[in-house]
Amino acid sequence: MNAITKRPESLLDVTMHYCPGCGHSVAHRLIAETMDELKIRERTVVVAPVGCAVFADKYFNCDSIQGPHGRGPAIATGIKRAKPDSIVFSYQGDGDLASIGMAEIVHAAARGENITVIFINNAIYGMTGGQMAPTTLVGQTATTAPKGRNPLLQGFPMNISEMLSKLESPRYIERVSVDSAPNVIKAKKAIKKAFENQVNKIGFSFVEVLSICPTNWGVTPLKGLDFLREKMMPQYPLGVFKDEKESVAQKIQEGK
Amino acid sequence: MYQGVRISGFGGQGVVSAGVLLAQAGLVDGKAVSWYPSYGPEMRGGTANCSVVMTDTEVATPVVAMPDTAIIMNEPSLPKFEPLVKKGGLLIINTSLVKTKATRTDIKVIYVPCNEIAEKVGSLKAANLVALGTFAGATGAVSIDAIANAMKKVFKRAKPEILELNRKALEEGAKLK
Amino acid sequence: MAEKVLMKGNEALAEGAIRAGCRFFAGYPITPQNEVPEYMSWRQEEVGGAFVQAESEVAAVNMLYGAAATGVRSMTSSSSPGVSLKQEGITYLAGSDLPCLIVNVMRGGPGLGSIAGGQADYTQATRGGGNGDYRTIVLAPFSVEELGNFPKKAFELSEKYRIPAMILADGILGQMMEGMSYNFEPVDPAALCVKPWAIGPNTTGRKRNQVYSYGLAEGELEAMVLKRAERYALVERDEVIYEERNTEDADVLIVAYGISARASIAAMEIARAKGIKVGMIRPITLWPFPAKRIAELASKVKAVLCVEMSLGQMKVDVDLAVNGKTPTYLHAKSGAFFPVAEEIAVAIESALNGKKEQLFNLADLAEKATNERAEAKNAPCKEGALL
Repeated sequence: MNAITKRPESLLDVTMHYCPGCGHSVAHRLIAETMDELKIRERTVVVAPVGCAVFADKYFNCDSIQGPHGRGPAIATGIKRAKPDSIVFSYQGDGDLASIGMAEIVHAAARGENITVIFINNAIYGMTGGQMAPTTLVGQTATTAPKGRNPLLQGFPMNISEMLSKLESPRYIERVSVDSAPNVIKAKKAIKKAFENQVNKIGFSFVEVLSICPTNWGVTPLKGLDFLREKMMPQYPLGVFKDEKESVAQKIQEGK
Repeated sequence: MYQGVRISGFGGQGVVSAGVLLAQAGLVDGKAVSWYPSYGPEMRGGTANCSVVMTDTEVATPVVAMPDTAIIMNEPSLPKFEPLVKKGGLLIINTSLVKTKATRTDIKVIYVPCNEIAEKVGSLKAANLVALGTFAGATGAVSIDAIANAMKKVFKRAKPEILELNRKALEEGAKLK
Repeated sequence: MAEKVLMKGNEALAEGAIRAGCRFFAGYPITPQNEVPEYMSWRQEEVGGAFVQAESEVAAVNMLYGAAATGVRSMTSSSSPGVSLKQEGITYLAGSDLPCLIVNVMRGGPGLGSIAGGQADYTQATRGGGNGDYRTIVLAPFSVEELGNFPKKAFELSEKYRIPAMILADGILGQMMEGMSYNFEPVDPAALCVKPWAIGPNTTGRKRNQVYSYGLAEGELEAMVLKRAERYALVERDEVIYEERNTEDADVLIVAYGISARASIAAMEIARAKGIKVGMIRPITLWPFPAKRIAELASKVKAVLCVEMSLGQMKVDVDLAVNGKTPTYLHAKSGAFFPVAEEIAVAIESALNGKKEQLFNLADLAEKATNERAEAKNAPCKEGALL
């Protein structure tokens, strides 16, 4: 019998702590497959966040560093500048990246750091227990917005991919989803490209992954997928927001 | 030998760089030196000043609270530093900009029209060097040669004719005692 | 010794760090330490190192966290309000056992305070500063020469014990110029040993390295903290550095560090000229603190005088060392622009003769405040009242 798939070498054979239906484990697998395919495991460093993915350092079979809430892009900057041969990715959730770490992600993107950032957007704080995130939808309930997000009090959700795509330096920004097999395949392509760009020294690459949080949304995984498609996708349309083929250095050299 | 100096004037009069020059000259002469610029609101627009210490042993505090010599380059600096000069110390006053006379009788006062002398030498910018020349001449704490040598280290990009002009300003200043 | 070069404290420090093999610097502008990042911006490029002007102090210290984890000698610098912001990263660095150098060119505080020199971050520096049970090794230079030579010492101690090191300077030392000569040959970073714990490209087939400060399983964090405490104990036992002056015959012992020690030296000259036997111990490591030596010296004098630009933060450590066996006094210049030798000289006499002039005394302050409150008739809503 031929095995047609196997656990990626870059993903350790340990039990993950993620809830049933959670998108983190899928995103982890896609990253690990990419590390295998690009043969970069031996020089990759994962910057684990604060949030549900805090233990990402226990799951990826590569060097790791676990940092303070929101500071992943700054830590990744430090590693990459000190060791330019390393492949560094910051893995962050929406509270981490879009709230407390807004300055770090915007400036790492503005500097055009040659790093990869994987941004898991599930519109809620997971680990701390379902509080409102910057990406929580209008009307969506949270433990700190029991009547639902009210734009008059809490403003409107933040579209991070769109925001970052307005900057000059980022090379690649795409929003994907892991709600269905076709979308998972697209997500894989995006993640792979975001790492290839780093290997090829193209520059800052960012993939936003729409994901579900059945536990904190208070729904079954299947209902969660419906919510993602019906409510999240209209607010957070999938697609490529920026895709530059050349690095900033190449562009400047060519006088473009 | 110990000399604690306070140089004070408007920002732009070169009081801070005159202090650096003095410290560098002391170092050239083999002395222990320190230089410390003033801080605070007076950094913007108002009075700038710095402390310079030169000694044969080691510099204790770099902040000269009671100077042996105060070089007063503008009017507001006089009431600020005249009272602080040590008894028997020296006050050098730039009469081009300071019209008030010193009131203390227990210190030596030298009145120097720094701006006029500098203009005569060739550049108003050398007014601070005229004052340094007076200091060197009156105290003997540092030689004109040492200051001239220090200029080559501090003003690295200065042209030879400027260095020559500066030296002239020092020498003219040293004539006043 | 090499010919001395006139250098600003901040620049001597930056060059000293480069010579010590520092190849990563991240910082953010703040007075009075701006010459450090300015110098690093071109000098790191010259030596093939990295310089990043971060978007904030918080980002800068986290860049340091990432860079230090790669084993490259890395540093950040800032001044008091900025160092407060850096505490987040410092506690992670400590919790992850990463060597690195953090520089605080202190200014007046609290809050925005002043941009002049200060020493009021003593407690923050010597007790850890951020959350959790940790220490940083703290070196307190008192001259431009020490500012330039201490980065190497700091990196070496930091790597030996895997404890973040801090150089605690102040705005006066940072801004002043003095003759500078380095007492060591430039370090070639390539010649330093490869850190077995460092993250980054794995070229030796080692097992993967993980840098983290958490221990969520029962007993895990406690084991980490206790293991670290063993190294703290070694540091306290073996790495205390101090300097003594005129202590042989002293009746009054001054304890002062940094710029306060400089002013105290001048004050000693004034007092000695009057026939007062005064000596000084200058802690060079603030943690580990030279408690043992201070206790020995205190037992031989009539009074101990602490001189600091803070309201007795260092005196807490001195009191712990002296343990009530000798009277201790404080000359405090918190919020002042600089300590004044002539005032310290008065304080020396006061300490010896039981007088109050130039000594900071909480009991007197309480009495003053009580009287002010009585005058204000306890009217907290009265305009201008601060009750």
